[in-house]
Amino acid sequence: MADARDLGMTSAPLLDVRDLSLGFATDGRVLTAVAGISFSVAAGETYALLGESGCGKSAGALALMRLLPAAGRILGGAVRLEGRELLALPEAEMRGVRGSGMAMIFQEPATSLNPVLTVGRQIGEVLARHGGLAGQAARARAEKLLAAVGIADPARRLDEYPFQLSGGMKQRVMIAVALAGDPRLLIADEPTTALDVTIQAQILDLLQDLQVERDMGMLLITHDLGVVARMAHRVGVMYAGELVEEAPATAFFDAPRHPYTQALFAALPDLSRRGARLATIAGQVPALSAMPAGCRFAPRCPHAWARCRDESPGWSPAGDGQRVRCHLIEEEGRRRPTPASAAASAAAAAAAADVGPLLQVADLKVHFPIRRGVFQRTVGHVRAVDGVSLALAAGRTLALVGESGCGKTTVGKAILQLLAPTAGSVRMDGREIAGLSRRALRPLRRRMQMVFQDPFASLNPRLTVGEIIAEGMQALLGDAPRNAQETQAAVAALLAQVGLDAGAVDRYPHEFSGGQRQRIAIARALAVQPELLICDEPTSALDVSVQAQILNLLGELQSRLGLAYLFITHNFAVVEHLAHEVAVMYLGRIVERGTVEEVLRQPQHPYTRALLSAVPPPRPAAGGSIIRLPGETPSPAKPPAGCHFHPRCAFATAECRERYPDERALSATRVVRCHLYR
Amino acid sequence: MQPVLLWSDLFIWLLVAAGVVGAWWSARQPLLAAAWARVGRSRPGMAAATLLAAFALIGLLDSLHYRPQLPAQPGEKPAYAVEVLSALDALLTPLRTRVEKTYSAPLATRAYAKEMIELRQTDGTLVNQRDFPRLRHGGASLGDDEARAGADIAGRALSALAFAALVWLALCALAARRVAGRAALGFGAAWRKLWRGDTAFAWDAVLVALGLILAVAAVFVGLAVEYHVLGTDKVGQDVLYQVLKSVRTALVIGLVTTLVTLPLAIFLGIVAGYFRGWADDLIQYLYTVLNSIPGVLLIAAAVLMMQVVIDTHPQWFATAAERADLRLLALCFILGLTSWTGLARLLRGEALKLRELEYVQAAQAFGVSDLRILGRHLLPNLMHIVIIALVMDFSGLVLAEAVLSYVGIGVDPTMISFGTMINNARMELGREPVVWWSLLAAFAFMFVLVLAANLLADAVRDAFDPRMA
Amino acid sequence: MLAYVVRRLLYAIPILIGVNLLTFALFFVVNTPEDMARMQLGVKRVTPEAIEKWKAERGYDKPLFVNAAAGGVGVLTETIFFEKSARMFVGDFGRAEDGRDIAREIRTRMVPSLAIAVPTFALGLFVTVSFALLLAFFRATPLDFWGVVLCVAMMSISGLFYIIGGQYLFAKIFRLVPISGFGEGLDTLRFLVLPVLIGVVSGIGSSTRWYRTIFLEEINRDYVRTARAKGLAETAVMFGHVLRNALIPILTGVVVVIPLLFMGSLLTESFFGIPGLGSYTIDAISAQDFAVVRAMVFIGSVLYIVGLILTDISYTLVDPRIRFG
Repeated sequence: MADARDLGMTSAPLLDVRDLSLGFATDGRVLTAVAGISFSVAAGETYALLGESGCGKSAGALALMRLLPAAGRILGGAVRLEGRELLALPEAEMRGVRGSGMAMIFQEPATSLNPVLTVGRQIGEVLARHGGLAGQAARARAEKLLAAVGIADPARRLDEYPFQLSGGMKQRVMIAVALAGDPRLLIADEPTTALDVTIQAQILDLLQDLQVERDMGMLLITHDLGVVARMAHRVGVMYAGELVEEAPATAFFDAPRHPYTQALFAALPDLSRRGARLATIAGQVPALSAMPAGCRFAPRCPHAWARCRDESPGWSPAGDGQRVRCHLIEEEGRRRPTPASAAASAAAAAAAADVGPLLQVADLKVHFPIRRGVFQRTVGHVRAVDGVSLALAAGRTLALVGESGCGKTTVGKAILQLLAPTAGSVRMDGREIAGLSRRALRPLRRRMQMVFQDPFASLNPRLTVGEIIAEGMQALLGDAPRNAQETQAAVAALLAQVGLDAGAVDRYPHEFSGGQRQRIAIARALAVQPELLICDEPTSALDVSVQAQILNLLGELQSRLGLAYLFITHNFAVVEHLAHEVAVMYLGRIVERGTVEEVLRQPQHPYTRALLSAVPPPRPAAGGSIIRLPGETPSPAKPPAGCHFHPRCAFATAECRERYPDERALSATRVVRCHLYR
Repeated sequence: MQPVLLWSDLFIWLLVAAGVVGAWWSARQPLLAAAWARVGRSRPGMAAATLLAAFALIGLLDSLHYRPQLPAQPGEKPAYAVEVLSALDALLTPLRTRVEKTYSAPLATRAYAKEMIELRQTDGTLVNQRDFPRLRHGGASLGDDEARAGADIAGRALSALAFAALVWLALCALAARRVAGRAALGFGAAWRKLWRGDTAFAWDAVLVALGLILAVAAVFVGLAVEYHVLGTDKVGQDVLYQVLKSVRTALVIGLVTTLVTLPLAIFLGIVAGYFRGWADDLIQYLYTVLNSIPGVLLIAAAVLMMQVVIDTHPQWFATAAERADLRLLALCFILGLTSWTGLARLLRGEALKLRELEYVQAAQAFGVSDLRILGRHLLPNLMHIVIIALVMDFSGLVLAEAVLSYVGIGVDPTMISFGTMINNARMELGREPVVWWSLLAAFAFMFVLVLAANLLADAVRDAFDPRMA
Repeated sequence: MLAYVVRRLLYAIPILIGVNLLTFALFFVVNTPEDMARMQLGVKRVTPEAIEKWKAERGYDKPLFVNAAAGGVGVLTETIFFEKSARMFVGDFGRAEDGRDIAREIRTRMVPSLAIAVPTFALGLFVTVSFALLLAFFRATPLDFWGVVLCVAMMSISGLFYIIGGQYLFAKIFRLVPISGFGEGLDTLRFLVLPVLIGVVSGIGSSTRWYRTIFLEEINRDYVRTARAKGLAETAVMFGHVLRNALIPILTGVVVVIPLLFMGSLLTESFFGIPGLGSYTIDAISAQDFAVVRAMVFIGSVLYIVGLILTDISYTLVDPRIRFG
């Protein structure tokens, strides 16, 4: 990889972007979204454009293709591809560049392919447009392309429609479409964000192989430091429409220089910072309409001084191909020491808790009937949750980890009785709650609450924050008569507890950012003083810096209130940071369970091992073999016979194909379901 | 006089009350208020709203009914006329009472058809001659000097326009002062800001629309005191009067119908979407059945049956107006009962989506009762669809009234409406020379009303549809 | 897919029964046959004998649901419900006020109705979809703006105006075509031109606007961006991608009305004196011929349900997700 990097630095750039600015027209004004970014990508090089949501990275990429949405305007700058100025080309010529000079793949494979055209037709279009291929020749070429992107049985897939393909396969087809015109530059806009980690690993491998093979330039747009570390030769960091730091990958991960980049790294949860507070970035990304005059990061920067607020910093070289837009490089003395993270040992403190389990789930099943045929008879079941057992003590955190579709969210909802379990028992403090009537359930609802994934869908936009938080109190604590004043005081106290201003009471959700909304959702759950909080991916919709704030808050609340968390997630970094125990789910069943140290340090189940190794760490690869899982998660409607995992498992034996393995305890705390251990 | 509250009056004023309450409620809801503010920014929307307000004013004036007191001897108990009049009728008394013999063209001084008239020659003898007879009221003040009619009309129109211009300028100044007050600007700056269209509320569009309304109204008023501005119909009644009376009928059909539709559609749609299961099956079955009968035929069947009921129970109605009024209301109910299905289906689909949303699940996790979830979480988040449907349906219903009245299943033939006007006038197209004014006046007024409603509906939809925002 | 179609077919049965019960309730429960007779014969001065005679002539003298007097199956069959409502399922609609067999009348009148409705429908669809495609193609340009303005204006005009105005202009002033009537053979064409034209024009406003909205919605989807990123020309994007996908929502509204074309158009037929089912219905309504209205209601809903089934089938043709799903 090292030589490719050198190559990138020396050869003439394939893509050269100079001072590209663009904006969006709203209400007769044009708000600048990208303010003069310059970078270049060489053939065979991967340039990663890193930034949090709304920083302008995707709009910038679309501008390169001149595919901005109707409201978008390119305000200035130059884009040269192989020396040819693109922004000045007539539209007809630009069409010749799209797809053959540079091609693009998008974040959502599910919506980026035309649902009513066959795969072959969608690839064929590019072949006809840029290669003049048609008929049998085109078909043969399309088949080759599909094979090249790792699709088995390409001849059959050519005649299929996108809905017949899995998510990973759709993204592979998307890549095949992009490659069909033999582009010199591939723009990949968050190509794996919508995919599971094991599929992400496959797609990243594929992209890397294809790039080397074809000596393509690649512009990779991502928010994920792990993906950058895995793929990039050079990195550009964007903040609020500006490029603030640019560096070769090694230098970037060794010594990030811009305070924003440094803060991003510090906000990443990981085992080394376990139990400690994560660093956060104060405030929010400024709105397009209210950009600060000087350095755009100044309002949130811990080092900022007067100059930062007045004068936008220019580029300063920082050696080794690294450059930064920050006044600190010239005035290094201004740098303030970052406060040592106070070890609020939430995780450690609660470890001592030694009481009976607060929540006990035994053999929980949730099956959804599949109806088919003329009379819509039930012909089978989607076994979303198929025999899950777990226990959680007060003050502890159990992380339920798995890829999408494994049934982890269904477990959470079934425990809360938001979904009726098909079988099994759920005991809260020893009391069975599965199958209770709504009336009987009411007093128990107070004891367990849920925090949802999407902070935008989880708050009713028509209610004030005060009304939202008071709803639970009124519904569940109604028997204790409260007057309006008491309620108000309680709401104010809750807001303070989650770090929000008391003035928020009369405001509406849309006035808050994603992180603040998640705080409101937490306050709502806390309002009824629950003992158990089920957190369903509460940070997956948030940017890293905001995620850190929420994780800190959850940690604090646990140590202060002794809450138990059932933390549903797919993110191992978050698990490492705050969980005590981990349960790994695959196709409706828990395949491995144990303490965080056990499961993450020494994973035993082949699936856990593969899952862990598929997560790209946010540092350049330290070597070590990476386990690649073949294929994708099968449908829970038709799980494979025997061990559900055997078709993808490298160690599968005849027994695995026949019988689902029983639970086997490897230690007092660790249970595995795999025939390898007996 | 004795005030009379017809059933349709009751519904109209109920609607006004509902509108006031709704305005108060949406002012308190920041999302709704923001959406309404977006409507306020839309120029075509506000111009249309101004026009509709003028129509609404006519309709409301026409919804204050009374029975005039008959002249009585002092000391006698006062007696009241059988005829039910409205405030609008009182205002339009000259138009209503100055009835000609038969057709006359707009602004004419003579009738439209020749007939035998007796002419007194200069020598005093009477001669029978076939000619266009002089109108009783049209241009009466001209006396024999009919040649002056053109100048007289132009003079009256010009002075009316001048008056309208004065009033309009005064209104403009008022608006500019308001803008100045809001933005803390000088009057001149506010005036320019207003006409640049730089205000948060589309004052310029409102003022332009007001100007047009004032100009037309002033000319009509100025001329109507002396002429039949839009001519007269077969029985000699003033067409302008009929057109103005039609406005109320159109408004009742367009608005009262939705009053029937909304509760049904909202309740059934939300219940089907939220509870699913057998309630959903039942409601879906119900609306598929209703939907599968072609609309006009279902309405026709229902109206025919209603006619039978009305005709076989003459004792229910004290006056002809009451009967016509009840028939109008019944038509609204029938239209409402047959047209709730579309909105219900829309709301059901949306409720299906909303019930899966996390804030609804959060409420369920608190054990909040279903009824409360419906009222607090679902209904407010469906209101934008209801508002859009309400304004979109209005224009369709106004157009439908004309068609239904033509088919013979519309309003009572004695009730003045666009439909009955068209129906009465269309046969006259076969005449030579053609009688066009009645038809054209009805179509033109209906067009303006429906166009305004459509433009407002567009503005409302753009402002409320979350996909557009 | 077959199961899907069969299921839709089976679902139609309860709907039809529902329609049948509803019309029965409307026609015989809201008002008794006595009321209808009184209405037909004139409210005043009507003798009980005349009413009985009227009822007997039309078979309304039987009980509604149960005829205890009749023996055997007659208990159920010799009732108004069976004879007037249930028998409609086998195509027996009884007789009109003028004594003619309704079923036969419907068969003969279907032809002129179709002669007007089918060209109007096909031409209208072609014109509006093309116009909408044009507006969508030139979206956010003055052409689009004024096109939409035109549409809104056109949809604000009463359908009656199109007919009356069209007749007046083309038939009376220009004398291009006959005002009304219907001919035999090729001669028919002269009579068809104007009603078809007016039918097409009066539908342009609302349909075009609706299709344009659908097209614009599709144009904003991700796969269109992908198609553009391939370097396809805008026409290729519109015809190859947008149109194909927009067809699905368009079909929902369009296919369902195809069977209803048999019913003809009420207004057009009555204004142009075309002896189709539309004018038949109108005449029946104004003559208060309950038997004919009842028959038309039933046929209309049967056709609507056929339309629903056709819509479902047409989905399987354009949407692979249903064809293979």
